[in-house]
Amino acid sequence: METLSPHRGEAAKAHPSSDDEAILEIQFDDLAQQAEASTLGMWLFLATEVMFFGGLITAYAVYRSSSPREIALASEHLNVPLGFFNTVVLLGSSLTMALAVRASQLRAHRQLLIYLGLTMVLGTAFLGVKAVEWTADYHEKLIPGWNFQVPEENVAEVQAEHLNPGRMQMFFVLYFFMTGLHAIHLIVGIGLVGVMAYLSYRRWFSGGGATQIEVTGLYWHFIDIVWVFLYPMLYLIDVHS
Amino acid sequence: MSHPHIMPVRTSFAIFIALLLLLVATVGAAYLPLGPLHFPVAMTIAAAKAVLIVLFFMHVIYSSRLTKIITVAGFLWLAIMLTLTLSDYWSRGWLDILGK
Repeated sequence: METLSPHRGEAAKAHPSSDDEAILEIQFDDLAQQAEASTLGMWLFLATEVMFFGGLITAYAVYRSSSPREIALASEHLNVPLGFFNTVVLLGSSLTMALAVRASQLRAHRQLLIYLGLTMVLGTAFLGVKAVEWTADYHEKLIPGWNFQVPEENVAEVQAEHLNPGRMQMFFVLYFFMTGLHAIHLIVGIGLVGVMAYLSYRRWFSGGGATQIEVTGLYWHFIDIVWVFLYPMLYLIDVHS
Repeated sequence: MSHPHIMPVRTSFAIFIALLLLLVATVGAAYLPLGPLHFPVAMTIAAAKAVLIVLFFMHVIYSSRLTKIITVAGFLWLAIMLTLTLSDYWSRGWLDILGK
């Protein structure tokens, strides 16, 4: 990363207002290769992240295929409209993040700060809605291992169809672990975008921070992709029936 | 030196609109009486959204072949894990094995 370069100080002294120019590190052939090394590193990290969520997704697949009825019943207690709203919010934050990356490439300093700020606001809004949902789950006694009870409206069905109430609870175990892990990633993402916004504000980066903002963007979009899968997996199981 | 590809604002908004339309489609599909097709339909739409985000928002369409391979590989490992795990769970009980 060019920002950690020992040459940076010298370059800054030689060209006091040259923050917008990228500095080529000695180990790279050209700036394109240097930028690619950074994005490639992030993609390798994201490949491990896919597997991180992959364990939960696999567990979900196993339980959903072995107990489809219980999982579908339990899923009906999630708030579909709030989930929809949150998906729109998160997709919107990906849009602002993409615009922030563009602004950094164009060295549009003010735009960059505005879009990074908007991305943080949207990310925080998502977490706020999530907190509202989790609170509602608590009051409906849906927290596994704490206050979980088969909801009253399902008791008759569970008895008539000989369903396993443990599998309904298991849906909420998966729900809280998946949305919780996603929320932790989002908190990290908001912090990361905040650090990038502060450093951009201080004009700490060379090259307009284009590589750093791009890599932060990759992480942010990854969080968005995870949610794109979680929403139909958790909220939209056979809403019809 | 080569400059990074700068995605036009119009492309960003077009992708955002497409993602919103796919979101509406996935919610709509959940209310249709699709029976066992619910899950495949929902996952196909989600995959389409993921592909749009990866290709455009994450600039993979403008990236080198090496980046593309690593991107695909990331999801390939997940596919391997799902395939092997589910082929085990789903096929249990297919054969009546003595002493099991």
